[in-house]
Amino acid sequence: MVPFGGWDMPVQYSGILEEHRAVRGTAGLFDISHMGEIEFRGPDALAAVQRLVTNDASRLSIGQVQYAALCYENGTFVDDLTVYKLADDHYMFTVNASNIEKDYQWITAHVIGDVEARNISDETALLALQGPKAPEILRKLTPVDLSQIRYYWFQPGKVLDADALISRTGYTGEDGFEIYLSPDKAEALWNRLLEEGRPFGILPVGLGARDTLRLEAKMALYGNDIDDAHTVLEADLGWIVKSAKGEFIGRAALEKLQAAGLTRKLVGFEMVGRGIGRAHYKIVKNGQEVGEVTSGGPSPTLGTNIGLAYITVEYATIGTEVEILIRGEPVRAKIAPTPFYRRKR
Amino acid sequence: MQVPEGLKYTREHEWIKVEGDRGQVGITHYAQDQLGDVVFVELPKKGRSLRQMEPFGVIESVKAVSDLYCPAGGEVLEVNGELERKPELVNGDPYGAGWMIRVKITNPKDLDKLLSASEYSAYLKQAGGGH
Repeated sequence: MVPFGGWDMPVQYSGILEEHRAVRGTAGLFDISHMGEIEFRGPDALAAVQRLVTNDASRLSIGQVQYAALCYENGTFVDDLTVYKLADDHYMFTVNASNIEKDYQWITAHVIGDVEARNISDETALLALQGPKAPEILRKLTPVDLSQIRYYWFQPGKVLDADALISRTGYTGEDGFEIYLSPDKAEALWNRLLEEGRPFGILPVGLGARDTLRLEAKMALYGNDIDDAHTVLEADLGWIVKSAKGEFIGRAALEKLQAAGLTRKLVGFEMVGRGIGRAHYKIVKNGQEVGEVTSGGPSPTLGTNIGLAYITVEYATIGTEVEILIRGEPVRAKIAPTPFYRRKR
Repeated sequence: MQVPEGLKYTREHEWIKVEGDRGQVGITHYAQDQLGDVVFVELPKKGRSLRQMEPFGVIESVKAVSDLYCPAGGEVLEVNGELERKPELVNGDPYGAGWMIRVKITNPKDLDKLLSASEYSAYLKQAGGGH
């Protein structure tokens, strides 16, 4: 067990590689109750959300989810999150565990209009069932027609005897569900999902494989790839910045940066030489430092060593050869297309 | 945890199997269990001389990077090249196919500072409480 955002979390249950392969091949179950939830209720809920996040929440239908960034004025990250539209006057953010307090303070300081923002993290448990067999397993425990829930949509409904939100989202690059429910119902569901999943080879999955899975899918990890020192545009997340929607915190800075052009950006790399480029290792080109690794490790699916790095835009083109300093020795790597892994649909 | 008799152990969780003035070196069952899936092993070149407890290489699991320490000073006679392609041998057979280097021991007195199997077992019990 390791401390993680104030929680004791297992890095692995049976083994990182085995857990990773279970999610890619059949199914894996994650207890991600440490994640935070902040809800907005009131007639001005949409206006408040729109002012806080970079993406355009006005495009959401009830039952739809959207990935977005919560920005400082300078366009760097307070956090990354998902926005849920539960009703016209009711939205919810799902935020990173390590950022709950910071986010909530930022939100309450900047929320405007007739709306109440409430941190409901402590009354919300969250289990993620991920992998190609996830629909078949969950189907046995809910009357909700899962085939009607598309990717990045959700539906409220019963799971066992719990009132839950069933969200077709995840942090693995696989099909699957994230199930929000009351903490007192979570253990029973955890046990039943493992039981129903057993014939398929389901495994409980810890933080270790959560990291290798999300890295292959090039999903950013706050604290590694995104933080308050890099802007949303540098993080290669321009697609969640919707300046046309109107004013939001960080918009002016991001527009200015967009006009001026980026000097560095987040890219994927693959090791060519023998070695694993890990977080904080320097990247060099012709003896000059040109970047730094933010996440890196083995890709169990590809069988290669991969990672993400901020690099000077000049060297950010796919195929560019660079060197990563591993224990002082330059080891060859090349800028690679991302995501590293994309599931077949 | 397996702690075979007849080997000598370091507190950093390496073992050495001594035969005459030769020693074969690897990491313990406990060490590989703590590391988890081993994905990368970097070993020294043949002929390199090592002092006792000098780092001779690096082992990486999915999440962690750790140094490997030589239990006794000596010259590297042979390295297990198989680990380059199959680092998982360290998990599967830490006292056998997962061996790392063979050294010619220059100072046999180094061995006196190492732990016996029973001393190492006791050390694990003391260090590993709660695991």
